[in-house]
Amino acid sequence: MDYTVVIGLEVHVQLQTQSKIFCGCSAAYNPTQPNVQTCPVCLGLPGALPVMNRQAFELALKTALALNCEIASYTKWDRKQYYYPDLPKGYQISQYDCPFSKDGWLEIEMNAETGETRRIGIIRAHLEEDAGKNMHDESGGKTDSQVDLNRAGTPLLEIVSQPDLRSAAEARRYLEELRLLLTYLNVSDCNMQEGSLRCDANVNLHIHQDGKNIPTPIVEIKNLNSFRNVELAITCEIERQFEDWKATGRRLGDVPKETRGFDAQRGVTVGQRGKEEASDYRYFPDPDLAPVTVADELIEQLRSDLCEFPADRRKRLAVTWQLSDYDVRVIVDQGREFADYFEAAAQACGDGKQACNWLTQDILRELNERRLTIAQFPIRAEVLANLLGRIPARQITNKSAREVFLELLNDGGAGPITSSRIDEIIAARGLALVADTGALEQVITAVIDKNPKAVADFRGGKQAAVGALIGQVMREAKGADAQVVRELIIKALQSG
Amino acid sequence: MSPIGATTSELLAHMERGEFSSVALCEAAFDRIAACDDRVGAFLHVDREAALQQAAQVDDKRRRGAPLGRLAGLPVAVKDVICTRGQPTTCASKMLEGFTPPYDAHVVSKLREADAVIIGKTNLDEFAMGSSTENSAYKTTRNPWNLACTPGGSSGGSAAAVAAGMVPLSLGSDTGGSIRQPAGFCGLVGMKPTYGRISRYGLIAYASSLDQIGPFAHDVAGAALLLEVLAGHDPRDSTSLPMPVPSYTAALEEPLKGLKIGVAVEHFVAGLDREVEAAVRQALDVYRCLGAEIREISLPHSKYAVAVYYTIAPSEASSNLARYDGVHYGHRAAQFENMIDMYCASRGEGFGKEVKRRIMLGAYALSAGYYDAYYLKGLKVRRLIRNDFDAAFAQCDLIASPVAPTPAFKIGELVNDPLAMYLSDIYTLSANLAGLPGVSIPAGFSSGGLPIGLQLLGPPLAEDRLLRAARMHERATDWHTRRPEVV
Repeated sequence: MDYTVVIGLEVHVQLQTQSKIFCGCSAAYNPTQPNVQTCPVCLGLPGALPVMNRQAFELALKTALALNCEIASYTKWDRKQYYYPDLPKGYQISQYDCPFSKDGWLEIEMNAETGETRRIGIIRAHLEEDAGKNMHDESGGKTDSQVDLNRAGTPLLEIVSQPDLRSAAEARRYLEELRLLLTYLNVSDCNMQEGSLRCDANVNLHIHQDGKNIPTPIVEIKNLNSFRNVELAITCEIERQFEDWKATGRRLGDVPKETRGFDAQRGVTVGQRGKEEASDYRYFPDPDLAPVTVADELIEQLRSDLCEFPADRRKRLAVTWQLSDYDVRVIVDQGREFADYFEAAAQACGDGKQACNWLTQDILRELNERRLTIAQFPIRAEVLANLLGRIPARQITNKSAREVFLELLNDGGAGPITSSRIDEIIAARGLALVADTGALEQVITAVIDKNPKAVADFRGGKQAAVGALIGQVMREAKGADAQVVRELIIKALQSG
Repeated sequence: MSPIGATTSELLAHMERGEFSSVALCEAAFDRIAACDDRVGAFLHVDREAALQQAAQVDDKRRRGAPLGRLAGLPVAVKDVICTRGQPTTCASKMLEGFTPPYDAHVVSKLREADAVIIGKTNLDEFAMGSSTENSAYKTTRNPWNLACTPGGSSGGSAAAVAAGMVPLSLGSDTGGSIRQPAGFCGLVGMKPTYGRISRYGLIAYASSLDQIGPFAHDVAGAALLLEVLAGHDPRDSTSLPMPVPSYTAALEEPLKGLKIGVAVEHFVAGLDREVEAAVRQALDVYRCLGAEIREISLPHSKYAVAVYYTIAPSEASSNLARYDGVHYGHRAAQFENMIDMYCASRGEGFGKEVKRRIMLGAYALSAGYYDAYYLKGLKVRRLIRNDFDAAFAQCDLIASPVAPTPAFKIGELVNDPLAMYLSDIYTLSANLAGLPGVSIPAGFSSGGLPIGLQLLGPPLAEDRLLRAARMHERATDWHTRRPEVV
């Protein structure tokens, strides 16, 4: 039996604003001091009223434009009503039937070798407020629950994809590309551990049987908190649904939509209780907030302010610096700052291939080992470029450059690393190649003059005689490149 | 001169001339409360010490010749649905018993800036849901004109406090008539401004799209002055209007020339008390004598106002009151089995009957499968009601009508008949649905000695026109000068 996998992702992204979406409280992540970033509005105190944060709305617009969405000229806020202790008003301000954007797409690369891409549809993106966080202390038989409302009211963008994803790996790829785009746009830090990027997956199978497609019941897997878990959970769920189909023959519509969680330790999805009844959120327009009209001028201004998207940057870097698809993907997928670093280094040293090799091998290795981001990396792009520039200039060998590179990193000295430090290391370690061919030619002329026998032997056809001459030149001219010396001697002997 | 029952203009003039201090005035207010509030039941909370301290500061300012606010030294009572920092704010509900807001409502800040002295918090129907102040979880307020009658509601405490001479000014809130109807029942001037004219920040919401704060006073000048202090844009309320506030008091004495007053045929039908109708017609005659033209107009959709109101207001209320869940503040049941049970028990114990009734009405109207037939349909008819007014105001400057179908009814008379109680707001609801300003002014007395009010409605932001027209009537009559004998 054959089947097609059908996956749609619902992604919640916390927008990187100074303040919360409907009040002036700080939206910073602060799990260690509960309930300090609160005010009457986000505490849901009687009489408090929300006021929309324009910055949050503009960040959301920016994201929707980057996702090729249609922007609604009129949008409104709705109340989604349910009771939970982390929701102090008893409703969440969200957007129901008039989201500010819809019908977009995100292009993802399906195959790094062939460069094959696919557009994944975006049904809608809407803004809402985040809830607080419940904490349960059940140690020693306690049943205490505590609520931290620091997070309550943080702006949240919900991005709902079409069920266009066809495998767990594709779902992961989509999420990775989405995350990359959001960080490029600087709208979110997308830190999955801190919960600023959260993902739910809707999964089912279309079983191919007797020329027909039979859909299995759709399952929503909630709260996937890493790329790895997204892929793993979907893989496990696909397997479970297939087994369930074979065992029960249940198809879509036979049972209500099920919500499952993922147990990463056991590698299984687990049914969650309490969602059996279809919930009625009693959505209605929030009378405390005015509808928002979005002017074309604002959209055009935001569109013109958009940065280059990752997909476009990959294409440009490949053309400009003659890099492989694989190389540009490694560089661009590390994030905007890494790619900026690459471009700065490539520009400064004039050799994109060389810069790419160093970044994707040496620097990535050091970043991983030292657990640093590119922003924290002590060798800045212009210093790296200075170092790399010395290789084609024949000041140092490639091997010496790696030695200097490690020495720069191990320096540990205070203050920024500058190019003059490279000179110091080269001098101290005697790594300099004699680059001055004039001086080298003088030494060669002198050595030839002092060794008439070797010269005669060479001219008489004894090629090996040149070895003695090279040895002498190398001794006199410290740090000379043996290959250069050999070429110069031969040239001198042949012309002489 | 006794300050009891005096108007704001009189009191301000006396204080300016140094005839009595704000402390003396406030002490007189507290004496009056002590003397008669056990019978009237206007106040839920008074803070004598804080008030006298504030009064002393105002007196000191006045002595030093420091700049004084517009309400300097005047005692003001605040409906207990408006947040006062550090003072209990209960909405007359068990749910908020002992709740003390950490912040002042916008209007309370405005009162403080104007050097008013906040005397205390007044009784109301629980969460402002009611028309008689009988739905309070704490006490029943009585009408100072006849203690067997209700003062109206829901701002009955604020109306009774002024009518009984305890304070010259008070704040109410009006969602379907909750300022105008008690003003009518108590013989006061009570105004509901245009929706958005006064910030709702800190007004505990009943129905957000209808709620509006407004003043009670003995006379038009007092109401105009208080409105002038409270009105204006507030960035903390997204529904607050950004338009500048004209001086309502400056032009008050200038009569309106060529005034055209509309009278809706739909307003004079069965159910209207004959004495009320007579008083309203008499008031129209007064306007005619003052040179106004009375025109018949039609508000064809006004017959749906009660139905629309009792769809939209409870819908919003069911949502606005969801926050009272016993988790973060307010009443939490002592006994419960689990989380859901905690919600059910806390809300079951904390809310009174009428509040529960409206929460259930609203939750039903918003639920899946019923939303289109009830809430959405309600919104559409609401628009038609507004359109009626827009068409009417193309033909007239103001619309005059009764405030309520009858004078104040007896305590207990309607409390077990919610539908009859809902109908007592039939003349006032439309202004909230359409977002229009309206004022209730004294226009006579019933044979039983109960006040009768006249309602004037205007187009959006026509508060100045309403107040000037109200003042024309006031100058020509003396209904506003009468005071009840409470003691």
